[in-house]
Amino acid sequence: MDAERYPIFVEGSGAAFGHAGERVLVSLERAQGFGQLPNLPLRLPVGCRRGGCGVCRVRVTGGNYRSDRLSRAHVSEQDEAEGLTLACCIYPLSPLSLRLEPAVAIKDKKQHCNKSELGGK
Amino acid sequence: MALTGVLRPGFVQLRVLDMPESVDYYTKRIGLHQVTEGPDGRAYLKSADEFDHHSIVLRRAEQAGVDLIAFKVLEEADLDQFERRVVDYGIAVDHVAAGEQPGIGRRIGFTIPSGHRLELYAEADQSDPKPYVHNPHVWSVEPHGMSARRFDHALFYGPNIEQVLDFFVKVLDFRLTERVDMPDGLLAIWLACGMKAHDIAFVRHPEPGKLHHVSFELENWQAVGNAADIITHYDISIDIGPTRHGITRGQTIYFFDPSGNRNEVFAGGYTYYPDNPTRTWDETEVGKGIFYYERKLNDAFLSVVT
Ligand code: FES
Ligand SMILES: [Fe+2]
Repeated sequence: MDAERYPIFVEGSGAAFGHAGERVLVSLERAQGFGQLPNLPLRLPVGCRRGGCGVCRVRVTGGNYRSDRLSRAHVSEQDEAEGLTLACCIYPLSPLSLRLEPAVAIKDKKQHCNKSELGGK
Repeated sequence: MALTGVLRPGFVQLRVLDMPESVDYYTKRIGLHQVTEGPDGRAYLKSADEFDHHSIVLRRAEQAGVDLIAFKVLEEADLDQFERRVVDYGIAVDHVAAGEQPGIGRRIGFTIPSGHRLELYAEADQSDPKPYVHNPHVWSVEPHGMSARRFDHALFYGPNIEQVLDFFVKVLDFRLTERVDMPDGLLAIWLACGMKAHDIAFVRHPEPGKLHHVSFELENWQAVGNAADIITHYDISIDIGPTRHGITRGQTIYFFDPSGNRNEVFAGGYTYYPDNPTRTWDETEVGKGIFYYERKLNDAFLSVVT
């Protein structure tokens, strides 16, 4: 594994180890498998692992990371600027602290597919 | 020819977050071919085992999910007939001109009570690669990746599935092959327009217009195993499987495309004849209905959609 290995603290639950080239959600899944997040209240919410479904929303409360493109259905640009993001779309650049914030609470309910968007008509 | 009216799902238009990555995935991993790219950037893909111009359309967007599913009808006159029936049912119909998607004739479109856009069309050009028709070898171009043979069906999530069922049966002449009834009502329906165990399915869900998965058909169980090897080798995000559905009996894997849209590859499933009764599942055995070997739903089945 790469040398850039960082602890990722999950509020109230324990700590995982992440790697610079690995999605934080994948680090959390492994940590849960090894019993390193013993106080997690629920099973870790894992969905598509690719930024589409929104179930892995987290708020990063400390540390630096980089991010893949993610679906705006679940995280607005404003949210992202405030540290609300998707664990499956971020990669640590330092030790991280985060809090799980499942998507359902403030999910954007507006219809995604308006006809003018379909193009060409 | 006994099969008339709506023939099959023809194509689906998916929203993707990154176009080059998505085209790469659907061509190299699922095993499709890119036919062309439209002037607005949409990508048109197909399996080499399909005749028609394309079956998968990718549109770059800020949110993942599905724009529409289009069914092919047998002949031009069907479009007018279905337009009248849809309008008489009380649902507005709009028109999409021929050529809005390359190789596809005029379409009629409407939104069903689950919030999904459906379209019907009768004409499609053929495109290469396609199966041989004279001295037809088993393939014209050597299969690659997961060797998907066709875009087969989709499962959508949305509200009002009793109304969706009524509409598909009364207006589009589909038949209900299977259903799941929970103590609080109808949870899910599988609908066929031909002789497959399903051509489209719906699960009750509060948010309209959601995509659970689009599915590609493979030749057999061995091909499903080969697809599983590809999924692990290329670190494609897995949901569940290889396993089997009790419902439809398909041997299956669920996994996710690079934008988080769920895909399925599957083989098998029973043949449905129009005089067959509807098969029903209840609360006690629904786990086996969805995942026959695990015998329970995984966490993602009811909650993870795009
Ligand atoms: S798991 Fe689907 S957005 Fe992260
Ligand atoms: Fe399916």
